[in-house]
Amino acid sequence: MITEIGAFALLLALAFSLAQLVLSAAGRIRRSTVLAAAGEGAALAAFIGNLLAFAALMHAFITSDFSVSNVANNSHSEKPLLYRIAGTWGSHEGSMLLWCLALTGFGAAAAILGRTLPRGLKAVMVATQGGLGVVFLAYTVFASNPFARLTAVPVEGRSLNPLLQDPALAVHPPFLYAGYVGMSVVFSLAVAALVEGRVDAAWARWVRPWTLAAWAALTVGITLGSFWAYYELGWGGWWFWDPVENASFMPWLIGAALLHSAIVTEKRGALSGWTVFLALAAFSFSMLGAFLVRSGVLTSVHAFAVDPTRGVLLLIILGVTAGLGFALFAWRAPTLSQGGLFAPISRESALVLNNILLAAATATVLLGTLFPLIREAATGEAISVGPPYFNLTFTPLMAALLILVPAGPLLAWKRGDAAGVAQRLWIAALIAIGCGLLAFALVSPRKAFGAAGLALGFWLITGSLAELVERTRAFRAPAAETWRRLTGLPRGAWGMTLAHIGLGIFVLGACFETGWKQEAAETLPIGGSLDVGAYHLVLETIGGVEGPNYEAERGIIRATRDGAPVCTATPERRFYPAGSQTTSEVYICYQGLSHLYIVLGERRDTGPQPVWLVRAYWNPWASLLFFGPGVMALGGLVSLSDRRLRLGVARRKVQAA
Amino acid sequence: MKLRALFAVLAGVLCIAAASDPAERLPDPRQEAQARQIFQDIRCLVCQNESIDDSDAELARDLRQIVREQVRAGRDEAEIKRFLIDRYGEFVLLRPSMSLGNMALWAGPFLVVLLGAALMLRRLRNRTPEPELSAAEAERLKRIANDEPA
Repeated sequence: MITEIGAFALLLALAFSLAQLVLSAAGRIRRSTVLAAAGEGAALAAFIGNLLAFAALMHAFITSDFSVSNVANNSHSEKPLLYRIAGTWGSHEGSMLLWCLALTGFGAAAAILGRTLPRGLKAVMVATQGGLGVVFLAYTVFASNPFARLTAVPVEGRSLNPLLQDPALAVHPPFLYAGYVGMSVVFSLAVAALVEGRVDAAWARWVRPWTLAAWAALTVGITLGSFWAYYELGWGGWWFWDPVENASFMPWLIGAALLHSAIVTEKRGALSGWTVFLALAAFSFSMLGAFLVRSGVLTSVHAFAVDPTRGVLLLIILGVTAGLGFALFAWRAPTLSQGGLFAPISRESALVLNNILLAAATATVLLGTLFPLIREAATGEAISVGPPYFNLTFTPLMAALLILVPAGPLLAWKRGDAAGVAQRLWIAALIAIGCGLLAFALVSPRKAFGAAGLALGFWLITGSLAELVERTRAFRAPAAETWRRLTGLPRGAWGMTLAHIGLGIFVLGACFETGWKQEAAETLPIGGSLDVGAYHLVLETIGGVEGPNYEAERGIIRATRDGAPVCTATPERRFYPAGSQTTSEVYICYQGLSHLYIVLGERRDTGPQPVWLVRAYWNPWASLLFFGPGVMALGGLVSLSDRRLRLGVARRKVQAA
Repeated sequence: MKLRALFAVLAGVLCIAAASDPAERLPDPRQEAQARQIFQDIRCLVCQNESIDDSDAELARDLRQIVREQVRAGRDEAEIKRFLIDRYGEFVLLRPSMSLGNMALWAGPFLVVLLGAALMLRRLRNRTPEPELSAAEAERLKRIANDEPA
């Protein structure tokens, strides 16, 4: 019964989205506030309908209602409650429902929070958001119905892939989808700006909070996914340049570019056409990601549900939606104003350079992901594009960008002073280079590239701090004045500093981990040992463990360093009878910022006594890989709380006056 | 169902970084390191975009054995890759060759940089002053200045 209510609520959400589109569009055309308000009401109703549908599906998963096809295919009654709940979005159908929930949720939020928007702009935005809702809800209802019933009800479900049975499943997709779909508001705002023919500072100011929110959520989502892959797959890797990872990375890069170009549009009225273009591109890349992950055109280690027919539908949705957006852009963009002038050395130029490099980095990821498909379709020759390609193209582009990051915020608008910037940054540069040289001299084995990467990471941190020192006149003005300036800094400035420092932290982790990770693998009998880095590992025992829906072999491995005990690792090798699958449960000993990463492999009975394959990795500074992006996302949130961006501030001020 | 087949593949390749398996290792650590280096550029043909360094699939094991044997026989990286391409096609390489057919792939990102730089230069050169206000804008400005509703 509840399932039927859910299915009905989903249909209602679709109807309300259609009403939202029609009413808001009519409100704009007839300049009727009543119709526009009705459209906003429909946006809220669509969200509520979608929320009910989502709750109904979750109910079916929690109660293990195997008469629902989606539950029967993806759940199991013995699965722990958390994974039954998270299983709601663990399948293709459920994840599309989550996508729609986020889409209608953002639509309703934009309708409610956008009080200060000009009426025409707002009506077009709400209508566009409604149009997106119609497309995706229609797809969900007609092509991937999560509520489809089975006539022959199975006694037991087929269970969820054990790889997905992890607490990360509860948090990773919601963040990722909030990020993906948050970009839809930016898309709708861009469409509205093009329809209204007005892209100005005020518009850029409305775009920024939505971009910040979506980008911060995407940062958290990607990082959680990276950490999940890191400990779940058991390969000790955190980024594989896999098509699915690339699909999430492209909207992130474009979102980052948009955050920077929107600043130029807001402060200087320039780059308006480009900012609108990026705003359209961000959600287009989100949709491209949704298509790539589900269509099966690309093979991936994180593959989802694969179904070519659905892929075709998603491709049509992507083509039509993005196509309409960009056609509108091509038609209307030439009418947009050029905006303020700037010199070659200026903050505008620095931000343009940032955008060029981020766009080129996105092009790298896009080409690396799609070129094999295009080439095979065109010539019939299959090629592979793997990590070596990205290391040769993406990495130098990013390195060039990172070198420039600290200089940008120190340059003045319109006409900057390169010598002045150099003067303010030379201490930071010296410290960073010194740290790099120190790493080159002290860390063995010696690696010039790794040390240069570390210097770059330090440069991002020291350079950002130098900018903070400059802004607060620290060490030059009296402490009281510095303190006053420090507390008076806008949140946006703090956000930027945090995000840039977070990037530096990530670069440190990435370079140290990649350059100096160590690996060891041996087949060990009970009592056997292996060495990795400075650590000595002894396999003490192997015992059996009975989990809720699996059986496992658990190794007790004691790690020592110079004879002193460090930790007792308990990696497992689990067998899930429901799908007869085996997984490894990695054990990570956290040693400061570094990880001692231990995997228990298969048992081998070839010799006189049984042996187990044990792999161990020493991943120095690996924690920074996940901590750095966390700081970046925090920077986004702090910037989001800036007074300037707080929605409704302008109106309240007007009322007070 | 396709999905389940896929998961089965996933589960099959779980015990990864398979190349470090001591049973396969070459006795000479320098040669072993060289072989591992090569593994990272070679695709496990039947897997989901994995190198043979990572994959535990049967075919990856065979490919590792081929590479290790050739490394042991003293062949260099280029020769070994040539041998694998002749046998399996360019698909086997995770780093596509810098050939004419792959030009767009290798040059594309740098063309974007050049294009962006060219556009930026044009923008900087064409620094014509902003056009005067249009009549409608001047009217609007006047009304705003007079604090009338716009």
